Amino acid sequence: MAKITELKNKDLLGMKELSREEIELICETAETLKEILERPIKTVPYLRGKTACFLFFEPSTRTLNSFSLAAKRLSCDIVSVSASSSSALKGETLLDTAKNIEAMKTNFVVVRHSVPGSAHLLARQLSSSVINAGDGTHEHPTQALLDILTIKEHFGDLERLKILIVGDIEHSRVARSNIWAMTKLGAEVSLCGPPTLIPYSIAQIGVKVYYDLKEAVKDKDIIYILRLQKERQEKGLFPSIREYINLYCITPEVLKYAKPDARIMHPGPVNRGIELTPEIADSSKSLILGQVLNGVAIRMAIFYLLK
Amino acid sequence: MKILIKNGRVIDPYNKIDKVAEIVIEDGKIKSVTSHQSPVTSKEIIDAKGCIVTPGLIDMHTHLREPGREDKETILTGSRAALHGGFTTICCMPNTEPPIDNIGIVKFIFESPKECEVLPIGAITKGRKGEQLSEIGDIVTAGCVAISDDGDPVESAEIMRYALEYSKMFNIPVISHSEDKSLSSNGVINEGIMSLKLGMKGIPRIAEEIMVARDIQLAEYLDARVHIAHISTKGSVELVRNAKKRGVKVTAEATPHHFSLTEDSLDSFDTNYKVNPPLRTKEDVKAIKQGLKDNTISVIASDHAPHAYFEKELEFTNAPFGMTGLETAISLSIKELIESKILSWNQLIEKFTVCPKNILGIKAGTLTKGAEANITIIDPNKEWKFKKTFSKSSNSPFLGKKLKGKVIYTIFKGTVHKWED
Amino acid sequence: MEGKRIIEEEEFQELLESLTTKIIKANRDVNRVILIGIKRRGAPLAKRVALQMRDRGKDVLVGSIDINLYRDDLTTIDKKPMVYGTDIPFDINDEVVILIDDVLYTGRTLRAALTEFADLGRPKKIEYACLIDRGHRELPVCANFIGKILETKQKEIVEVRVKELDGEDYVMIVPHKHGKNN
Repeated sequence: MAKITELKNKDLLGMKELSREEIELICETAETLKEILERPIKTVPYLRGKTACFLFFEPSTRTLNSFSLAAKRLSCDIVSVSASSSSALKGETLLDTAKNIEAMKTNFVVVRHSVPGSAHLLARQLSSSVINAGDGTHEHPTQALLDILTIKEHFGDLERLKILIVGDIEHSRVARSNIWAMTKLGAEVSLCGPPTLIPYSIAQIGVKVYYDLKEAVKDKDIIYILRLQKERQEKGLFPSIREYINLYCITPEVLKYAKPDARIMHPGPVNRGIELTPEIADSSKSLILGQVLNGVAIRMAIFYLLK
Repeated sequence: MKILIKNGRVIDPYNKIDKVAEIVIEDGKIKSVTSHQSPVTSKEIIDAKGCIVTPGLIDMHTHLREPGREDKETILTGSRAALHGGFTTICCMPNTEPPIDNIGIVKFIFESPKECEVLPIGAITKGRKGEQLSEIGDIVTAGCVAISDDGDPVESAEIMRYALEYSKMFNIPVISHSEDKSLSSNGVINEGIMSLKLGMKGIPRIAEEIMVARDIQLAEYLDARVHIAHISTKGSVELVRNAKKRGVKVTAEATPHHFSLTEDSLDSFDTNYKVNPPLRTKEDVKAIKQGLKDNTISVIASDHAPHAYFEKELEFTNAPFGMTGLETAISLSIKELIESKILSWNQLIEKFTVCPKNILGIKAGTLTKGAEANITIIDPNKEWKFKKTFSKSSNSPFLGKKLKGKVIYTIFKGTVHKWED
Repeated sequence: MEGKRIIEEEEFQELLESLTTKIIKANRDVNRVILIGIKRRGAPLAKRVALQMRDRGKDVLVGSIDINLYRDDLTTIDKKPMVYGTDIPFDINDEVVILIDDVLYTGRTLRAALTEFADLGRPKKIEYACLIDRGHRELPVCANFIGKILETKQKEIVEVRVKELDGEDYVMIVPHKHGKNN
């Protein structure tokens, strides 16, 4: 197979659009670039004179910091617009804001927005490379990529790995991006959570669904735990946090039903004591901190590979 | 002033005409429709060889935005777009600002400049709020041909009951925008594989079907007339079919986009495909076509919904629902229904003329001698590109696309409009 | 690819041997040298020179650098190069470093390598060795150690092939720029 050295599109919008080869290329590039993070001077001049604009319409510290560190490691200049400082409050549309910023000759626009497809909207209209840093409940591709990289580092590759994603699948962009990415790389993905938090049409994409956590964790290599957003309870999707914990919290007791070498992942920030117990989050089974470091490397790889 | 239309295949379902015939127009009225050659010496002769000649089409579901959002559409521009699409009679929905819920607005609409017949549909409830009935008697007397809170459902079953009951004495249909808002809340596209893929809140089919079922039950209980607007799901079609079998006074319409497109079009987040009810699945499209074929759905209506480009350029969930449709209705119907032999020409023209005529109880939609000379001439084989819209808005996913089958002449009250490419 | 092979395996070996000899001779007073191959084809060459130096009793460490992230011509080439990574698992401060590459041409690769080195640490001295010097410099740099000088035309491409990556050792000249970059 002729190896590809470039991404097909000018933008990174979602894992749905990426081919398996592209995912492999991004991971390999990130693996290589990780070495820079170990150097005494952790910066290379590759993107000197280039500018990335961060358009964050939803609060985020880790993703924003990770992207900005990645850009800085490659000597890319940064402009940051957050919802509170943007013109969005004055009635300017997303497209207006983005076009105004592009008029300042940016090369990358990294966007996080609560509406699915916002990154696509910008990508169609801007000549900059648009990077989706999370669009509503649609996709969060760099999170899936860093998860894939973490899994590859630990397991070699994903072929036939059994991965269970636990929690609020319906409202999770992380779950969606990971389902597309992991299945493309040959993993067997299954889901576990209360039926009200599992998308209605899930059967159509051929992913196995469990409602019973103890049954679900059996034989799994990876248990990927999603963050529970507490406001879902207020909307009536499940009766109480207490009952959620009883049914879906990953505890040492639950892990007794899993493979002894199963690994735990979580996109962060962790609600300790809700979706998993603190001792598990901090145990040697947890790959959570590795995910964070890989986040910077993956985002560097994206900046490197996009035009 | 005489006009002669010759060599065309004349289809007038109301008068049971389907033959090559000549139509003579005199002083803005239909003078004759005859098989033999007329000896008249007309000033204007239109050769309609190879074309379908029909009564001017009726669209019983459009949004003209005036009063309130004249930047999107006015009665004048909307009526021009209608003529361009072959319609000589259109019914405008009451979700204007202020809404058509009082005699003043009805009069305003009748007095506004326009290029085709515009018949208002009044609001069921004051302010379209779903709380108190509008002065239905008043607005019907002033010329409203139906009532509807279209754009929004009448959420309370009790209010809907009163509307159906009360309007019986005026013999007008109540048009149901069937949507259970508690189920569709914040939804933007069909709930299904696309809403899963795109991470968007879905509008489940049951949000429509539950309301269709409710309104059918109410109509049956009250022996009243209900018309289901823009039917979009297989389940709704079945509900209407079964109700009709039981003798319920229910009718239904489908829009060209609901039988031409599926949710798959939303793949690229193009807001021009964002409509309410949402585009559904292949199965639903098939069921709607079957419903049109067996006359469960007797009307095709455009649900022409103009929106400003800057609104449609917003993030997907913030963009408004709707697409323009007056100018593409016939082409899409030919492609989806005639070319695939779902309907005969006669059946198709029924759904654009005599069926809405009968539901609304209006004069339009025939070539009867003495009627207003409203005539549409369609070239079913003409290939064209939809480049120029007469609407003030351009939120049609078909703009710039190639279509087959085109209205080449629309005659309104004897005035001939010839449409160039 | 159409090209004229001008150096075959035997001469290739001789050139490498002569490089080794020159490097040892020049660093007689230095306890240990560090050889850094410039990726891609400088890396295997550096490894071979290191082996030869060890055989002759010289203490030597060997690593490699990838200068892609420091290149100044990335906007002018159409295909984005794969990054291979820098591999220097030891301290280079106050050491004598010898950069090794296959071909010295415009000098831009060497410039990038020197810039990268400035970020990696502060060696006592940096020298530069190449298998082939083909002229047409665009920057004021020159090599300390040269295997062979070739007279070339600007448009020609000199391709070095090595056993480790290409299966055999040889050097060829491709007449026009339709081949891939070194």
